[in-house]
Amino acid sequence: MAVRALWDSTIGKKTVMAVTGLMMVAFLFLHMLGNLKIFFGATDFNAYAAWLRTIGEPFLHFTWYLWIQRVVLAVALVLHIVSAWQLSRRDRRARPVKYAHGLRPQASFATHTMRWGGVIIAVFLIWHLLDLTVGAVNPNFVPGKPYQAVVADFQVWWINIVYIIGVVMVGLHINHGFWSAAQTLGVNRPVRDVAIRATGTTVALLITLGFLTVPIGVMTGLVH
Amino acid sequence: MNLTLRIWRQPGPDAGGSMVTYQVSDVSPDMSFLEVLDVLNERLIRAGEQPVAFDHDCREGICGSCAMVINGRPHGPEQTTTTCQLHLRSFRDGDVIDVEPWRARPFPVIKDLVVDRSAFDRIISSGGYITSPTGSAPEAHSILVPKPVADLAFENATCIGCGACVAACPNGSAMLFTAAKVAHLNSLPQGQPERESRVLSMVATMDAEGFGGCTNTGECAAACPKGIPLSSIANLNREYLHALRAGRA
Amino acid sequence: MIDYTVGEDIVDRAAPDGPIEARWDTRRFTAKLVNPSNRRKHRIIVVGTGLAGGSAGATLAEQGYQVVQFCFQDSPRRAHSVAAQGGINAAKDYRNDGDSIHRLFYDTVKGGDFRSRESNVYRLAQVSVEIIDQCVAQGVPFAREYGGLLDNRSFGGVQVSRTFYARGQTGQQLLIGAYQALSRQIAAGNIEMHPRTEMLDLIVIDGRARGIVARDLITGEVRTYLADAVVLATGGYGNIFYLSTNAKGSNATAIWRAHRRGAYLANPCYTQIHPTCIPRSGEHQSKLTLMSESLRNDGRIWVPKRKGDTRAPNEIPEDERDYYLERIYPSFGNLVPRDIASRAAKNQCDEGRGVGPGGLGVYLDFADAIARLGRDAVEARYGNLFDMYQRITGENPYEVPMRIYPAIHYAMGGLWVDYDLQSNLAGLFVIGEANFSDHGANRLGASALMQGLADGYFVLPATINDYLARGGLDPVGPEDPAVRQVQSEALDRLQRLLSVRGERTVDSFHRELGALLWDKCGMARSDESLRDALERIPKLREQFWQSVTVPGTGAELNQELEKANRVADFLEFAELLALDALVRTESCGGHFRVESQTPDGEARRDDENFSHVAAWEFGGDGRGPVLHKEPLQFDYVHPTQRSYA
Repeated sequence: MAVRALWDSTIGKKTVMAVTGLMMVAFLFLHMLGNLKIFFGATDFNAYAAWLRTIGEPFLHFTWYLWIQRVVLAVALVLHIVSAWQLSRRDRRARPVKYAHGLRPQASFATHTMRWGGVIIAVFLIWHLLDLTVGAVNPNFVPGKPYQAVVADFQVWWINIVYIIGVVMVGLHINHGFWSAAQTLGVNRPVRDVAIRATGTTVALLITLGFLTVPIGVMTGLVH
Repeated sequence: MNLTLRIWRQPGPDAGGSMVTYQVSDVSPDMSFLEVLDVLNERLIRAGEQPVAFDHDCREGICGSCAMVINGRPHGPEQTTTTCQLHLRSFRDGDVIDVEPWRARPFPVIKDLVVDRSAFDRIISSGGYITSPTGSAPEAHSILVPKPVADLAFENATCIGCGACVAACPNGSAMLFTAAKVAHLNSLPQGQPERESRVLSMVATMDAEGFGGCTNTGECAAACPKGIPLSSIANLNREYLHALRAGRA
Repeated sequence: MIDYTVGEDIVDRAAPDGPIEARWDTRRFTAKLVNPSNRRKHRIIVVGTGLAGGSAGATLAEQGYQVVQFCFQDSPRRAHSVAAQGGINAAKDYRNDGDSIHRLFYDTVKGGDFRSRESNVYRLAQVSVEIIDQCVAQGVPFAREYGGLLDNRSFGGVQVSRTFYARGQTGQQLLIGAYQALSRQIAAGNIEMHPRTEMLDLIVIDGRARGIVARDLITGEVRTYLADAVVLATGGYGNIFYLSTNAKGSNATAIWRAHRRGAYLANPCYTQIHPTCIPRSGEHQSKLTLMSESLRNDGRIWVPKRKGDTRAPNEIPEDERDYYLERIYPSFGNLVPRDIASRAAKNQCDEGRGVGPGGLGVYLDFADAIARLGRDAVEARYGNLFDMYQRITGENPYEVPMRIYPAIHYAMGGLWVDYDLQSNLAGLFVIGEANFSDHGANRLGASALMQGLADGYFVLPATINDYLARGGLDPVGPEDPAVRQVQSEALDRLQRLLSVRGERTVDSFHRELGALLWDKCGMARSDESLRDALERIPKLREQFWQSVTVPGTGAELNQELEKANRVADFLEFAELLALDALVRTESCGGHFRVESQTPDGEARRDDENFSHVAAWEFGGDGRGPVLHKEPLQFDYVHPTQRSYA
């Protein structure tokens, strides 16, 4: 009953987006921290990647944890996108005639790029999975050797550009999305507003900069 | 001052409309924006043309009737100022000013700048009240309300129901309007018995009327002539999720 | 054209005798009741959704009646009660400062310059206590103290703190409370609400009010609505002056049409002028904005001593300023009642010492208050008013004195009603500002909201039962010839307005009428000026019907047609207003006749000849009205001459 009401209302769908979004932010933060291991060299990094497959052993079988996480993230992503898509359609229908003058937005760039920024991130994500998880578009993909795949990637100039744009879009998305989630979940209050905005921006900056160090490291020769 | 007004003209609900350009000359900076429309209308009437239809009544910023988007901003360029209190000194000689009606599917245009805002009344009807039939009230001082709570309720109760929040929102959302009423009534001790049912049915009505959802852009609060804060929307979300958890759906 | 006859005296037959404290109880007990299960069978029309209409509609629907309600605005929440600022009086005596029901009663009768009915006013004071309880229960966010109790302030020159308030938006908060109660009943299906629908005429059958003709303002459809009783809650007629603090749409059509159908109109000359309004800035001015008179608590009013002094206010030295209220009324100073402050300002301007555009303004200066209390304290008290002033005038009142000028604000006169709030036409009830009952010749501050809600929440719902329970109503259908007749008259009139196709706009006539009335029948009225007005109003009306132009058709949203219909009624109403002012040769409250003043220029009542309500009966087109007097009796408060020197 409550779940149905949640999914059917605009506030409910936004709640779904907020919860799934925060799950993905948490994942990205850990993902970013793990990525930094690349600065300790190929052996460390590849061992870290191999360890990810053994989490939960012996209770869980080999790679089971990873698959559970993948499924959870995939469900979260699908719910996030479906909610966003349905809400966007609704929002567009709510204003069938546009203003001739165009509205003068007061809000920030990050706020107004949520929708098409999200689409760019989705496209980037597909490419990223094909590149470093499946390996289909990677110049030098060998299973079990992600370090080599990453280094190979960032020696191609346009891959760097694609990656940097993708990561910056993710950062902008989180910058507004984190505060927006706090607002949607009703956690935000006037006394907390500044702190929540600052936390969102800090998380977004950390994630963005953390991910960007890898291509920068490769380009500057720090990682080779 | 001389101004060029480009005004949305639409003869009826089902007719097509377009922006029509009018020159207004020799107007005073001390005139209110609606008085400029008065001057234009008198001229149009004398010329045998149809005057521009627009809603207005109190002309002192409290009834919530006046409703026009001026140069892409509901109620024009001044903060916390309704169209009727906007004066020409906020513009410059020679300015070109675009004047359009509120745009939202739940606010269909009736004529020119006049829209139908009855969706707001239906949101209130669905739960924006405290049930207290006349004569049944307890002595006023038997209900104590801490001053901060009373102030919060008042701040939200100042909503004039003009619809600028919907007009400003890129999604045509009525969240700020609904949030203001929920914050007003749900914060007060008198509002507690209907706390959950109120928010659930008001949100359900808001959605059923076809308003868009909230994407937390904050355009509504920036346009609100009464300065209803964005934090009221967080409060609405909190109240809604609380009501769902309480199992009153 | 001075043409009227004097008819028989009338009396209020509904008011019970006995001690004044027990009269309301007595009346409620003697009133017949309608069985709850039978209430559903009665339809009641309520016109207007302000404090009186909104509260009445909600309460009658709660009781189980079928209510059919109308407002011309797009939502019931926009009625002009919304604009009241100051507060609402109630004899709660929460301050332990000697207030009581009897004191509120006494203050109101005295404030009304002894021209109101004691029974009605006493009941108003009694009911005031319940209003606050009701509004708090509805969630009206009145100002509170830190302990959580309700805050009070003193208002309008009375010596006790009995005014409840919600910052400067008390009217808005009370109206929203009533609107929400109304909304609940609309959703429950007990009220059939017709927004954007304006009453055009009253349907009277066999001497009883049985319905109205109303126009759907969007489609233009003119329909009849029938019921067992009709309640008018349509507000005052202040807009007859064109420039007033009323909303642009406020009008007198409902009460004027009821008057033409036989309802008596009482004391139309009692109009209140509020001293602290923002002056007009030029010819284009479309309405005036009031600022709460609480400003006079700390502001000092002055004009330059020299006539035609055009220096900026801050360049005029102290000894060249005339703080005229403090000079003339040393004990009350700037806090004299509204009528006195208004007239004094007019006198200064008439003598050529006015300031601002056209010399129509006086200064209200906060420099002393800012020096004494500090800018922050002044901002805390009046910040929202200062902001509003700056928004409208573009001047900063912290640095430059405000300019103020009096403006028409409220109409004490209205349709005559008895103690039951029923007019002389059976089944026609009139509540709120639309009736004449409680304020006499002058209304005290914070009493309008009290009266509107008293009538709507408590008085009417108790008295209308009696009328309905007595029955005797024959069924009436929409095809009844009498109903058709009123409908076709209303349609004809609209058609006539549309077919003149002259060269002058409706507003130009309204402006001319307003200027004429303000000049001849405004703050100071004389035999000569009133005779002049009575000469000119019929001519203006004739011109209107010859040369007004209303574009478009009747079958669409046509705001010019709406205005034309209202102004046409104002042009008739104005004549009765001036006539009433001419006949009442005394000065009292808001009605000041220059012939009737004390040697020091104060209003002088004539209790011997004018201690009565003047209730006017329509005499027919082209024939003078008939004056019926209702003598006033004072058993509890003895009339005295007011003195503020």
